[in-house]
Amino acid sequence: MTDPVALSLWCVAALLATAVLGVALSRSGAATRLVYGVATAISVAALLSAAVRLLNPLSDTATLILPLGLPWIGAHFRLDVLSAFFLIVVNLGGAAASLYGLGYGRHESAPHRVLPFFPAFLAGMNLVVLSSDAFSFLLSWEFMSLTSWAMVLAHHRDAQNTRAGYVYLVMATFGTFALLLAFGLLAGPNGGYAFDAIRSSARTPMVSALVLILMLLGAGSKAGLVPLHVWLPLAHPAAPSHVSALMSGVMTKVAVYGFIRVVFDLLGEPAWWAGLLVLAIGSITAVLGILSALMEKDIKRLLAYSTIENIGIVFISLGLSLAFKANGMAAAAALALVAALFHVLNHSMFKSLLFFGAGAVLTATGERDMDKLGGLIHRMPATSVLFLIGCVAISALPPLNGFASEWLAFQAVLISPDLPQWALRLAVPAAGGMLALSAALAAACFVKAYGISFLGRPRSSAAETAVEVDRYSVAAMAILAALCLLAGILPGGVVDTLAPVTQALMGSSMPVQLHTPWLSLVPIAQSRSSYNGLLVLVFIAASSGFAVYFIHRFASRIIRRAAAWACAFPEFTPAMQYSAGSFSQPIRRVFGTLVFRAKEKVDMPAPGDVRPARLTVSMSDLSWEAIYAPIGGAVMLVADRLNFLQFLTIRRYLSVVFVLLVTLLLVVAVWR
Amino acid sequence: MEMIADLAVQGLQMALVLLLAPLLTGLVRKIKSRLMRRRGASVFQPYRDLLRLMRKDVVLADNASWLFRAAPYLIFATTWVAASLIPTFATGLLFAWSADLIAIIALVGSARFFLALAGMDVGTSFGGIGSSREVMIASLAEPAMLLIVFTLALTAGSTQLSTVSAFMASDHIGLRVSVGMALVGLIMVALAENSRIPVDNPATHLELTMVHEAMVLEYSGRHLAMLEFAASLKLLLYISLIACLFVPWGLAAAEDGPTTYAVGIAVYLLKLLVGAALLALFETAIAKMRVFRVPQFMGAALMLGLLGTLLLFVSRSI
Amino acid sequence: MDGFVFDIAHLLAGGLVLVSFMMLYQDRLQALINVYALHAVVLALSVAWQAFIQDAPHLYVTAAIALVFKAIVIPVALHRIILRLGIHREVETAVGIGLTMLAGIGLVALSMAVMLQFTAGANPLAREDLAFALSVLLLGLLMMVTRRNAVSQVIGFMSLENGLVLAATGAKGMPLVVEISVTFSIIIAFIVIGIFLFRIRERFDTVDVRALDDFRGDRR
Repeated sequence: MTDPVALSLWCVAALLATAVLGVALSRSGAATRLVYGVATAISVAALLSAAVRLLNPLSDTATLILPLGLPWIGAHFRLDVLSAFFLIVVNLGGAAASLYGLGYGRHESAPHRVLPFFPAFLAGMNLVVLSSDAFSFLLSWEFMSLTSWAMVLAHHRDAQNTRAGYVYLVMATFGTFALLLAFGLLAGPNGGYAFDAIRSSARTPMVSALVLILMLLGAGSKAGLVPLHVWLPLAHPAAPSHVSALMSGVMTKVAVYGFIRVVFDLLGEPAWWAGLLVLAIGSITAVLGILSALMEKDIKRLLAYSTIENIGIVFISLGLSLAFKANGMAAAAALALVAALFHVLNHSMFKSLLFFGAGAVLTATGERDMDKLGGLIHRMPATSVLFLIGCVAISALPPLNGFASEWLAFQAVLISPDLPQWALRLAVPAAGGMLALSAALAAACFVKAYGISFLGRPRSSAAETAVEVDRYSVAAMAILAALCLLAGILPGGVVDTLAPVTQALMGSSMPVQLHTPWLSLVPIAQSRSSYNGLLVLVFIAASSGFAVYFIHRFASRIIRRAAAWACAFPEFTPAMQYSAGSFSQPIRRVFGTLVFRAKEKVDMPAPGDVRPARLTVSMSDLSWEAIYAPIGGAVMLVADRLNFLQFLTIRRYLSVVFVLLVTLLLVVAVWR
Repeated sequence: MEMIADLAVQGLQMALVLLLAPLLTGLVRKIKSRLMRRRGASVFQPYRDLLRLMRKDVVLADNASWLFRAAPYLIFATTWVAASLIPTFATGLLFAWSADLIAIIALVGSARFFLALAGMDVGTSFGGIGSSREVMIASLAEPAMLLIVFTLALTAGSTQLSTVSAFMASDHIGLRVSVGMALVGLIMVALAENSRIPVDNPATHLELTMVHEAMVLEYSGRHLAMLEFAASLKLLLYISLIACLFVPWGLAAAEDGPTTYAVGIAVYLLKLLVGAALLALFETAIAKMRVFRVPQFMGAALMLGLLGTLLLFVSRSI
Repeated sequence: MDGFVFDIAHLLAGGLVLVSFMMLYQDRLQALINVYALHAVVLALSVAWQAFIQDAPHLYVTAAIALVFKAIVIPVALHRIILRLGIHREVETAVGIGLTMLAGIGLVALSMAVMLQFTAGANPLAREDLAFALSVLLLGLLMMVTRRNAVSQVIGFMSLENGLVLAATGAKGMPLVVEISVTFSIIIAFIVIGIFLFRIRERFDTVDVRALDDFRGDRR
């Protein structure tokens, strides 16, 4: 039996080779098919190898040390159950994106800017999950960031994309810097950078606290926690759609992996306030993310903000898990962690599906602006069905998978009253309320996204002349939709597969689900709570079947087509439909005045003046204004002041060197 | 053999719920009419309305899609499944454990999701008004409902409806503030979800005052029949929920014999009657609030739910 | 029986908190005064119940004062003053109603956290009553802080004082409760009269406020 670590590393090497191939062949016509095809195959292989590893949890987890990288550390790679799960997530997304790319890539105007970096990006993400020492982790992390940055700048002529790339680079650098400090603190004065060494060393509580905060800053900025999320809605939409799917659906999960690896595995016992902090940040992220998504009219930006919301949900569950772990409630911690990991898997699936759908719309119409779409359900039948499944899944509606993971999160909230600390007892119901609020707002957001883009009447000629996309794209979406349904119907299977992960991290796991009657999901006890996705699906199918049969047997079957009733309005132009902004106006009025300082201004012309009236809606991004604009301003100010250093004479430069040297000698002399 | 008996009882529940829903709507309308000193239509009029609609042709807009045609069935099916999962005359039925309170709320949410989509399908302004207002109200009503569920789940130690109603009917409960708050909150949410006064007027067809009616404006014939039936089922669902959670006496347990079931059904009919009368009285006594007062109303329900949950988290005996 | 006794006391105290929230929710002045009357009635019931279970007949007097003075006399007087002086019928809020209620929840959480932590050894009934009383007090204060209208601020102050009475009656054996209640009521009466004397003096020269409504338009 081949060592699974070695197998995964060979897959990574193959991906890197494909990247080189991409560079070499990028100008030729067959390159797209070749690169994406090979990437699909390699991703599927890596997926299978990781799945085999996860399903055999008791097999050996040896660390593979390769003589690469720094000579005194080497490069450690390890495939334990946590890595195996995240490898499944990464490679599932990678395989789907590559399959999608086979079709989508044909429309790419600059393939040489995407093809080499795509397999490299996949390789980087795989390496991050496989790394077992700080150096390889950071190197792979940076590699992942850089390759995705290159793809964000694929269409660099657009000023928006350039800005997106710039902000992304700054934030990624900041994140890596935070991670660097975190690993430095973890390694300690002895410099033991291998994860095994870190795991077995002890730390003072102060150092653990600092590491936690640095991990929140570093991994959190890559995952998209508020207020470090500002790059996400700029960068994710700028990249080509399958890359956006990878960045939103998979790269953010790699960041979550980094956080879990350090905080749950390497740090040892957490402090109770760690759970509180993560819970608070997660709740704020969830609500702010989805409110921002509701205000968007660009479909890809909406999806990017929705990613932020889902990451918030994951961190809420992680915060709960930390709080339980700190109080020694291992079973509850396992439940919360399973809820988080299940949501990680679910989100990667349905967010990729939604981004693929958005990419299909973009290919078919050339538009990302929802106010120019509409009526696509008639023009793009397959995409509209699959996008609908994605919307239903992300809105957490039974019997699909989004509901299963949110249900588990709610169950975790309901165990919480046994927590002893007061701050936690007050914070958890608030977090539960915010989780519920974000779920309801997500449904609203995706009614908007689907309703404005696909339903109604076409608002532009581009939407009128859209055609269905190629079969690779549809196949990729269909596979993900089927997986969403499967995960929703058989949540017990997923929970059982995750049991070894929680066992390794918490020392406890949820009860075995596959033995429950009718394959229900029973997190604690049957009398306490249970949910059966399969039965719910069967009931809904049976009820609708019964209704259809009954109606078609006894009711009239005639259908007549006529103009829309619309309360007898005579001329109904497509411009009279609701637009993205008008759909979210009630919610903007309720929440937006507080959260975004949303203001509406109506400029009415005087009677007799024939110019059109104007409605202006202004909203401000509070995190940008409160944090980034001042920092940017301060940096610019300092840079301006220091600019004079560029224009000194030679004598002045020499004096600077001289003064510094003398100061250094003085310091050394005094400090002896 | 026992399996067949259990299946029969579950089937009886589903049929009962289906048959009683239009009667409940008729009852509410009759009592409201009487309170307004009108004679009012017969309590069986909704049945006749449904039959009439089913026999009529469906007139579809030119650009209505398959979603528009399929949505009524989906909405009806999810609402019916949700309504059948709530104990009406007996707890612990065969499939009662397949969905707990949270899943039932989510099923109602699915129905609302598809209704909102259907409203947007034809591309008229009215559908847009209905859908956007509906999701605004839902964005606050659903969290309020979930927090109320949390309060009840923390009190009873379970989210399974059978367990919760058994707990509420037992001696352990006493009179608790959190439960009182949950009741008030649930009534507020039920009014909003069923598009009743003071949130929405179920009898109006004025554009600016409608939410639910705006979404179903384009429907006709058998599709409209399904949607009206679904709305009646939803009302039955909420009244049954309030009855089973806060007035749980008279519910038979799963193992009891047919006589206890018969008593359970009779008590249930009585509860429905009382619920319908109270609803009619309330609707007649209060005016509809303006649209942007509704978020404050829902916010108040959310606060009640949060307060109830908070009180339980903070002190287990309150 | 003991549990039942607890429960009714809790229910009434919790009801008082609930009515305080209802006061925060109101946007019309007359409805606000009616809800305040309800607040006073619930307080009277709560005090009467405490009199019953503590077997302290002097508390019945406090309950009677609350009922007669605060639930009947003051609301009627306020209604008439509002009509006579033509004061704005709408409650002008400095912060939105939703946000005020959210702040109210935070205050309730805070008072629970403070009271339940620091009275860990005491009689559970008294502890929770004190927690509720502090919540009512803070909610009354919140109302005073977030309302621009003088009448609503007075009502906030009176509900604050109701919270104090609840706390006083909840603590068993607190002396001079009746005297303190009477004194507070007199203070309130003087405050109300004082405010309205000022208002009458101010408005003597100005236009009837009702006329200003025509120019106001819809705020949002």
